[in-house]
Amino acid sequence: MLRFHRRRLAACSVALAAALAVSACGSKTGESDSTGGVTADTSGDTVKVGLLNSLSGTMAISEVTVRDAIMLAVEEINAAGGVLGKKIAPVGEDGASDWPTFAEKAEKLIKVDRVAAVFGCWTSASRKAVKPVFEENKALLFYPVQYEGLEQSPYIFYTGATTNQQIVPGLDYLKAQGKKSVYLVGSDYVFPRTANKIIKAYAEANGLKVLGEDYAPLGSTEFGTIVNKVKASKAEAVFNTLNGDSNVAFFKEYKSAGLTAASMPVVSVSIAEEEVKSIGTQYLAGQLTAWNYYQTTTGAANDKFVKAYKAKFGADKPTSDPMEAAYVSVYLWKAMVEKAGSFDVEKVKGASDGITFEAPEGLVTIDGATQHIHKTARIGKIGDDGLITEVWNSGGPVKPDPYLKGYTWAGGLS
Amino acid sequence: MTVILGQLFTGVSIGAVLLLIALGLALTFGQMNVINMAHGEFIMAGAYTTYVLQQTITDAGLSLLVALPIAFAVAGAMGVLLEWALIRRLYTRPLDTLLVTWGVSLMLQQLARDVFGAPNVQTKAPDILTESTSLGADLSIANSRLFILGLVVLAVAALTAALKFTPLGRRIRAVVQNRDLAAVSGIPTARVDRLTFFIGSGLAGVAGVALTLLGPIGPTMGTNIIIDAFLVVVVGGIGQLKGSVIVAFVLGMLQAMVEYLTTLSVAKVIVFIAIVAFLQWRPQGLFTLRTRSLA
Repeated sequence: MLRFHRRRLAACSVALAAALAVSACGSKTGESDSTGGVTADTSGDTVKVGLLNSLSGTMAISEVTVRDAIMLAVEEINAAGGVLGKKIAPVGEDGASDWPTFAEKAEKLIKVDRVAAVFGCWTSASRKAVKPVFEENKALLFYPVQYEGLEQSPYIFYTGATTNQQIVPGLDYLKAQGKKSVYLVGSDYVFPRTANKIIKAYAEANGLKVLGEDYAPLGSTEFGTIVNKVKASKAEAVFNTLNGDSNVAFFKEYKSAGLTAASMPVVSVSIAEEEVKSIGTQYLAGQLTAWNYYQTTTGAANDKFVKAYKAKFGADKPTSDPMEAAYVSVYLWKAMVEKAGSFDVEKVKGASDGITFEAPEGLVTIDGATQHIHKTARIGKIGDDGLITEVWNSGGPVKPDPYLKGYTWAGGLS
Repeated sequence: MTVILGQLFTGVSIGAVLLLIALGLALTFGQMNVINMAHGEFIMAGAYTTYVLQQTITDAGLSLLVALPIAFAVAGAMGVLLEWALIRRLYTRPLDTLLVTWGVSLMLQQLARDVFGAPNVQTKAPDILTESTSLGADLSIANSRLFILGLVVLAVAALTAALKFTPLGRRIRAVVQNRDLAAVSGIPTARVDRLTFFIGSGLAGVAGVALTLLGPIGPTMGTNIIIDAFLVVVVGGIGQLKGSVIVAFVLGMLQAMVEYLTTLSVAKVIVFIAIVAFLQWRPQGLFTLRTRSLA
């Protein structure tokens, strides 16, 4: 029998009241400026920036490395004298792979810590959760991960690829390889669903057949049925937009079902070097990925980045595209602040257009109108050593086109 | 046709996983009526045990085999500790047990995060378990799934035999059916409770070893599966192993078939609706234990 004792109820209510009181105090410290935003605290000889990544939960596999890359950039910048003479003081928060937590922590970073900019988020769901927080408080977010496009927030800078710099080149590559049909597998949230909408529009216009489309909840590890469906469809390739740990279970099941890179290649857009390492090359060798950067990308800037990263975090740690985009985002912010001569958000935004940086992936340029950056698209093949080697690239930076306005087949998308 | 056969096997293998994670719970929740929310973390402990062993024994096959008994012992020992330290003081207060074990589960998750780090880790499966057995033209069955199926059959057989034919099993059944009468007849109920908890928790550890073949190992893996485990035991009926066995395979099959026709998310919803409807009709579950006990 369940029986509530009066004493216990009383104890519960006290605890609840205490919790409410604490959270109520938390939101009063930020001061508003005349435009309704919260001004960053830059009074001391340091400037605070927020780092918002999942250090726990299903996305930690990917996001911890992004945090490390941001820290590396911060340390390098501080060692070289900081930004406008101020050292960067990073304030880290754990988004815990939980979207409301992201929004809550973003609010804390902006209002309580009063940071000048925030670097982080990985999944589009977390970005969508924090977007209103940044817009409402007129604060800056640098988002370092490839995503589904169709977005342009005035307070977000997107340093990862938009669709025409990653997914469209990936499809072009499959088409050039003579593939006539694909099966779409993705995690069940905004990025894969939007990406697949774009892929279907592309497929229809380019004579590619989409034989099926399946989604698994984020963190799901049961892929028996989905892999069976993929196998039965006899598609010529699979386009994979799964995120996080689900990839582990999916590729284990894929190999168990007797499917290989030779018989049915999988193009993944969320598996970079770090994920390859943790999923295991025994399951991934020969499969394809679409990104803008690989550890094996050639160039002096990348040699320096890889060397510095390995020196700091260990020789066995690979570097990956989102890490590179996160690393670059800190430098881009620095360049914007220095061009503006101020940490003021509106001035920094105004200074963004045309800023270039010799990044590990090659030269990148900020497109001020879309707040995305020009990036080179690269298709890679996963090798037995866990590294990805480039098999195709776009020949030069591709102009970001988040709404795919330059593509006639994308007319019906919004 | 081959697709349907493939799906049948997928259903059976989902059922096997469900049964394996629910088996220990069928004992501690089903037989002893203890709602142990930390059961999922014992599964996690088993998985991490496999991971740790693989760091020392590099041969993937050998470390997996060694992990089975060691994970049983590790998770079992954690269960005994939990029973001795907390649960035995709360046998008459189920609501408190629920809250206390939930707290323990949060602490164990944090402990795993501190010891092994927040990102999930992987073990390397022996090569033979990453491949598949071909059954004719287009049909192949994953060896890892066959291994889990074999493991669960073995576990159920061993547990049933132990409950039916050993003196310990008789004592466990006696305590389940009528605790007071068993005590009066000279059965040391406290010791029986502890042993039951050891076996139930140990089985969770074994389930953890098996799960490393299918997915990643992480601090939160327990919370993801504990609900499924409770569903199986509740629908199967308290106090009976055969209920859990039947329900695990029925749910697995239902999940696989509905998912094939719809999608994974829709299948989960439909399975839940089916369970709710079933419990409306039979709130006591598939099988119930009838005793003359007054409790």
